[in-house]
Amino acid sequence: MKKGIGVSKGYAVGKAYVIGTDAALRFQETAENPAAEADRLAKAMELSKKQIQEIVKKAREKLDAKNVEIIESHLNFIDDPALTGEAFHRIKQESVTAEKALSDVTRTLYDTFSAFEDGYMKERAADIKDVGSRILRNLAGQSGEIDFAGLPAGTVLFAHDLKPSDTAQIDRGKVSALVTETGGETSHTAILAKALDIPAVVGCRDILADVQGGDTVIVDGVSGEVLIRPDAEAIKKYRTLENQFSQKKEDGKRTAGTKIYSGDGRRILVAANIGGIRDIEAALKNGAEGVGLFRTEFLYMNRASMPTEEEQFRIYKEAAELLDGRPLTIRTLDIGGDKSLPYLPMDKESNPFLGLRAIRLCLQNPELFQTQLRAILRASAFGNIQMMFPMISCMEELERAKAALNTCKLQLEQEGVRFCPSIPTGMMIEIPSAALTAEEFAKQVDFFSIGTNDLTQYTLAVDRMNESISDLYNPLHPAVLRLIRMTISAAHQSGIPCCLCGELASNERAIPLLLEYGLDEFSVSPGMIAETRSTLLQCIGTEGEPPL
Amino acid sequence: MTSQTVQISNKVGLHARPASMLVTAAGRYDSEIIIKNGSRSAVAKSMISLLALQAKMNDVVTIQADGKDEKKAVAELTQLIQSKFGED
Repeated sequence: MKKGIGVSKGYAVGKAYVIGTDAALRFQETAENPAAEADRLAKAMELSKKQIQEIVKKAREKLDAKNVEIIESHLNFIDDPALTGEAFHRIKQESVTAEKALSDVTRTLYDTFSAFEDGYMKERAADIKDVGSRILRNLAGQSGEIDFAGLPAGTVLFAHDLKPSDTAQIDRGKVSALVTETGGETSHTAILAKALDIPAVVGCRDILADVQGGDTVIVDGVSGEVLIRPDAEAIKKYRTLENQFSQKKEDGKRTAGTKIYSGDGRRILVAANIGGIRDIEAALKNGAEGVGLFRTEFLYMNRASMPTEEEQFRIYKEAAELLDGRPLTIRTLDIGGDKSLPYLPMDKESNPFLGLRAIRLCLQNPELFQTQLRAILRASAFGNIQMMFPMISCMEELERAKAALNTCKLQLEQEGVRFCPSIPTGMMIEIPSAALTAEEFAKQVDFFSIGTNDLTQYTLAVDRMNESISDLYNPLHPAVLRLIRMTISAAHQSGIPCCLCGELASNERAIPLLLEYGLDEFSVSPGMIAETRSTLLQCIGTEGEPPL
Repeated sequence: MTSQTVQISNKVGLHARPASMLVTAAGRYDSEIIIKNGSRSAVAKSMISLLALQAKMNDVVTIQADGKDEKKAVAELTQLIQSKFGED
């Protein structure tokens, strides 16, 4: 068994199809007849253009405009002065073969783009390489095309990295899952798999060394596990999971419009946890009734400087507008612990999870904190926005955070900038001390949101990143459950709602308990919304209509 | 030589689609056209070099053209950038 990152939920049992890495094409470097080399390059470019036009035509039938556009841009790359223009130039100047000239130019451009900070531009490196290798393959007289249409149904694609022009040709009727050795949550494979709604595992290191074409494989897009040549028992288990999952998805989608009420008539919300604007579309498609957790960390990561107030404001505003009146809960920056920022120097800590992270870090960096608070407040004039502070461990922290918020409100008022003065302000309950004193906190905030991932690790003293003790990490431990119950009842005593936004909210075994405790809102990843809804409806035993 | 500064005002900046529109427009002129963003400089007829400018919303770029039709070239490209490439 190998483990990667499950980026698109679901299960698949299928047959492996391995896409080979570009086997180093061998070629001669010096050219005897440069004019003939230029001619070969021109012909290979023409052929490449025809191939891409064909791919674009097919892609239009199954992909949205944005994804088609990326492939279309490859057509521009073929004639680009910086790519083939430069290659023609080198053939003439250096008397090298078309292959040598083109592969050198492609490599240089690839390195340049890979080094860019901006995620979008970085991704273009893959497009340039894709075009370059296509022309190279055509020079060598190899088509290199995978016959996607000829793949049998139930194919699981394995690749070191899927090229954009490959992913654009994937047909979900044929391909049931994707596995790549490289990539992360935001790689194009991940985005495409989510758009096609097929399970995917990325970052699965060295999997190509183990898998062979035709092997029976199991892909668990929830846990990120990939099983090669599994035994009959595992196949049976996953076939059942696969059926249950698609059944649940169907059920969840079928009932997406209905409001869920508990047995005692309380309205229950199912919302989404998102990391950025691009997750909202999937969340709404799956029936999210709002966003219970907007992790703002991703706005700050993978860049050289802090995002400005204006930049953040625009993102929060756009998110609120996309949600069209549904609630958007923005969590202020939770950095530190395992995540650091290049432009915010932090001392090395021996216990980072018990150190300067989240609200503690923000309170020590008032400028960083206020920039975000002002951006959130300004966006609150444009939609149903609420905000919450992470990692509150004592009353003083909450008071200081609220004071900082009030300062920002006063500033904006004086500047005559519009915002919602009564923006609902809540806090995360993810430290045992906060759960144990929830009664006091409930009087000071507008809502609670329980973060079970951290609550579990702090309650049980189990580092969730440490694989050697992963069996001890149990969010269903009675101690954790008791803290959750205490928090929910403290919230209700003060008349405020309580949300849960950890992985536990989509856990089938936990849902009946959480319902029993009186949880008001379940916030889960976009891919788990339909499933969570259908588990809730099953537990309640009705279609979720309000009792008469 | 004709030159003109203009602020990028479309949301995504010079991503693939806006860049390809610039390439198409620049291709209609004989003049050599360069677009500068701070210390970076790009050939307007090359999509790859335009992308490498990494021009974002609110960046101010300079369009420079040299040739018989330089005035018209600069005017059209400026107008295209100001029109936000038809976004929004």
